Amino acid sequence: MLTEKILFYVFAAILIFAASMVVTVRHSVRAALFLVLAFFTAAGLWLMLHAEFLAIVLVLVYVGAVMVLFLFVVMSVDLDQGRLREGFGRHMPVGLLVAGVVIAEMVSILSIDQLAIVAPESATVAVNNVEAVGQLLYRQYIYPVEIASVILLVGIIAAISMTLRGRRQSRYIAPAEQLAANKRDRLRVVDLREPASTDSSAESKGDDN
Amino acid sequence: MDSLIEIFLGMWQWLPVAAQTVLVILAQIIAITIPLMLGVAYFTYAERRVIGSMQVRIGPNRVGYFGLLQPIADGVKLFFKEIVVPVKANPLLFYLAPVLTIAPALAAWAVVPFQPGWVVADINLGLLYVLAITSMGVYGVIIAGWASNSRYAFLGAMRSAAQIISYEIAMGFALISVLVAAGSINLTDIVMAQQGSAAHWFVLPLLPIFVVYFISAVAETNRAPFDVAEGESEIVAGFHVEYSGMTFAVFFLAEYANMILICTLTSLLFLGGWLSPFEGIPGLEALFSWVPGIVWLFTKILMMGFMYLWFRATFPRYRYDQIMRLGWKVFIPITIVWLVLVAAAVVAELPWWFD
Amino acid sequence: MEFSTQELIPVLPEITLLVMASVVLLVDLFAPGKERVGTYTTSMLALALTALVSVYSYQGEQLVFAGHHQSDGLSLVLKLAMVIAVAVVFLYGRGYLAVRGLLNGEFFTLSLFGLLGMMIIASAGSLLSLYLGLETLSLSLYALVGFDRRSVASSEAAIKYFILGALASGVLLYGISILYGVTGTIQTAAMQMEIQAVLTSAGQYQMLLGLGVVFVVVGAAFKLGAAPFHMWLPDIYEGSPTAVTNYLGTASKLAAIALVLRLFADVLQPLIHQWQPMLMLLAVASLAVGNIIAIAQTNFKRMLAYSAISHMGFVLLGVLVGTGAGYSASLFYMITYAITGLAAFGLIMLLSRLGFEAENLVDFKGLAQRSPLMGLVVLLVMFSMAGVPPTVGFFAKLAVIDAVIEQGFAWIAVVAVLFSVIGAFYYLRVVKLVFFDGVEDPSPLVSSWDERFVLVLNGLFVLVLGLFPGKLLEICNQVFTGL
Repeated sequence: MLTEKILFYVFAAILIFAASMVVTVRHSVRAALFLVLAFFTAAGLWLMLHAEFLAIVLVLVYVGAVMVLFLFVVMSVDLDQGRLREGFGRHMPVGLLVAGVVIAEMVSILSIDQLAIVAPESATVAVNNVEAVGQLLYRQYIYPVEIASVILLVGIIAAISMTLRGRRQSRYIAPAEQLAANKRDRLRVVDLREPASTDSSAESKGDDN
Repeated sequence: MDSLIEIFLGMWQWLPVAAQTVLVILAQIIAITIPLMLGVAYFTYAERRVIGSMQVRIGPNRVGYFGLLQPIADGVKLFFKEIVVPVKANPLLFYLAPVLTIAPALAAWAVVPFQPGWVVADINLGLLYVLAITSMGVYGVIIAGWASNSRYAFLGAMRSAAQIISYEIAMGFALISVLVAAGSINLTDIVMAQQGSAAHWFVLPLLPIFVVYFISAVAETNRAPFDVAEGESEIVAGFHVEYSGMTFAVFFLAEYANMILICTLTSLLFLGGWLSPFEGIPGLEALFSWVPGIVWLFTKILMMGFMYLWFRATFPRYRYDQIMRLGWKVFIPITIVWLVLVAAAVVAELPWWFD
Repeated sequence: MEFSTQELIPVLPEITLLVMASVVLLVDLFAPGKERVGTYTTSMLALALTALVSVYSYQGEQLVFAGHHQSDGLSLVLKLAMVIAVAVVFLYGRGYLAVRGLLNGEFFTLSLFGLLGMMIIASAGSLLSLYLGLETLSLSLYALVGFDRRSVASSEAAIKYFILGALASGVLLYGISILYGVTGTIQTAAMQMEIQAVLTSAGQYQMLLGLGVVFVVVGAAFKLGAAPFHMWLPDIYEGSPTAVTNYLGTASKLAAIALVLRLFADVLQPLIHQWQPMLMLLAVASLAVGNIIAIAQTNFKRMLAYSAISHMGFVLLGVLVGTGAGYSASLFYMITYAITGLAAFGLIMLLSRLGFEAENLVDFKGLAQRSPLMGLVVLLVMFSMAGVPPTVGFFAKLAVIDAVIEQGFAWIAVVAVLFSVIGAFYYLRVVKLVFFDGVEDPSPLVSSWDERFVLVLNGLFVLVLGLFPGKLLEICNQVFTGL
């Protein structure tokens, strides 16, 4: 029991430290690495609650895949820290004010008896952990799970439609576009007997109305 | 002699329970790590000899009989070399990277069974644990590439990250097929599900998955022909170009430890692990029943290890876009289709693997 | 809990749409071409099938999939309205996008998946499926808004929409998680009962429920586009391709009312004393902001955006009453607004041609002389939006105000009418431009016959519904008679 307590406090301390470093550290790569640490320690805490499946999936998905891609992007992009921090001082008073008001409101609403914090119970599943999660997901929550898979499909379609630019190797011409070309679109007949300037100024005036 | 054992046992019982647990775990760790490190050392020796024969040359044969002490000599040499930290490198991350590479390669062994009961931690989620732990190995590579403050290293790290992520998906799907077929994520149970005869091994019903898994595993370990992350002809040595001495040696150890791990997993998942290949054959089964299972397992590991070396000597390096195409457009569809087939076979209780 | 195939029947509309959307995805892959005939036909087929299945698979009120899916009158009416709205969006949008070389298959597939999200919201039996449906819809919308990659405005709109939308989703989810934490259940019916139980027991969690309600209200208001959470709306209306604006301004509004009704009429009904004042504030602010800022707009799409904000104010008025009459008035209002909005955005698309967007108010000058029929449509649409009697907009506003007065909020009714009068100014200004100003741009109007036909039909529908609103009103009332 004592070792568990010690372990909990060690993990919790690391987690809080890592999480606060994520938002305070200046360099984005280091922030991402601290986030990895935070995920990892969170997985450790879950492990202590006997939620092995969740813990391992957290490591597998977030630490093993998501954060790697994230790091990939963060490392490739050269973020200009100075420009990001522009106007920080100017906006700080307002930000602090808003934060203060929000904290005051939260504190006034969430008094201790409101929250009634109880220690989370560790999973007491007779069957093994995966089976318990699977039973829940694929029976009781099958409908949300299916919707979530649709969301992922939409995400794939959206990402591809935003980034796929087709093959750029061939410099072809589109005959349909050429045939659709119209004399009116290409040629403007200017009447030289009248000064053209009055015409255009009238047009721009019209736009303003 | 007996009295010595008695004194020892007495001291053991005198220890508090917590200390006993810690000591047992430590002993188990040592029992796995030391043979593993020896295995790694002689794997490098085997690599040089095998590739040497394939290329019709001799390979190391000077240090000790048949060059058998060569890996020890290499180790000693690397141990005494200076570790150079590049200017403007991030020293903390620079030293952390090799550690982050070797730690998962060793930690994954915790759930690997060598024989029924011969396992440090027989957890339910064995396979998932291995997958999760090995997926963290990529951090060592990325951090090494980034912390080195070198273009070559950085390019290698980026290539490696993209490659490992891509092949991890195919590998994950392949493993899902295995666990659907076995009906368990526990590694011992998966081996036990293949009991019966050599024809019951998953390599037969899951042949495409076996191929995809092993090729993905080669890509995951950044070995030839997928070694673009090191790619000495293009980016010198990739992510570990700035590492020297012991730091380099650690990367080297991790790479080979990972290879052995992959070979072990392949043997466990597809080749029946410690099960005898003569099981179910009337005369031979009895004839070879005296052979302990661990010997069969080691034989299978050695065979898979030889494949690694064979690949390296045979195939030219893939081009980078081809690697990506192979991973995303070939392997992932194959594994998904086969997963559906396997699931259908399990539901239909198709004999004789799934009944 | 054993699964029976009977449970699939109420979900058939969603399943049909999902399957057909995937078919459209494949058809588009193998049948390309600038006009996208195959994709377009399949999409329309998908919508028709979905509508048919929705009607014929309906078996009265049912809760399936452990209560995550709920089919009732509200879901049926909304689903049909959404399907029809999306069909009209496709009809108007196809020619418009094809001329600009923007007619990708993704327009159809993403719209269909968005529609799936809307339908999931409409028949959400738990806050979990509600949120997931909302995310399906939002993700499709982000991509749709930004799918004109050559246009900087479009990309900017997509980024803005994505960031604000994600924030709003987060806020909503936070609220939902607080409610879940207090009640310990995620299904709407059970949650409503738990909330009641918390309220009756000398509650220590009442304040916490209040906090949850605040977040839910803010998130819903964001999605609805009600002031003061409306900042994203004008830029996104203006920036996205008009076909997408049409989708955004009509079909997704139906999803928004579904979201609001499912949240407030189903789950949070017992907490009405907490959210009523908040919605009141939102409604009045929306009416004021929408109607007053719209006057200053020269861009027709921006003007419609502010007009949408003010209409959301009206919809919220109906909701905040908290009675069946109020909810059905809101539902009626939103459906008729969607019909009117379809015609309004359809007009922009039909008046545009390659290299020219008829999105400025001046572009409508003298339209009646160029095409009397189109002029008539503008007249009907603007009258309906302003709430002038023979059109349906009048009855929608009347129903809402009626419900509001019935519950004794006379001052709100007065405010609503006042702002409607202010709003009438900018709607009637468009009518003035169309009928009483000289033609500035004499170029002929090019559009295909089916688009013109549907537009005129759409415009006339606004009038016909105004003359005979009884049937639709009755349907909307029936939906909430249970309450």
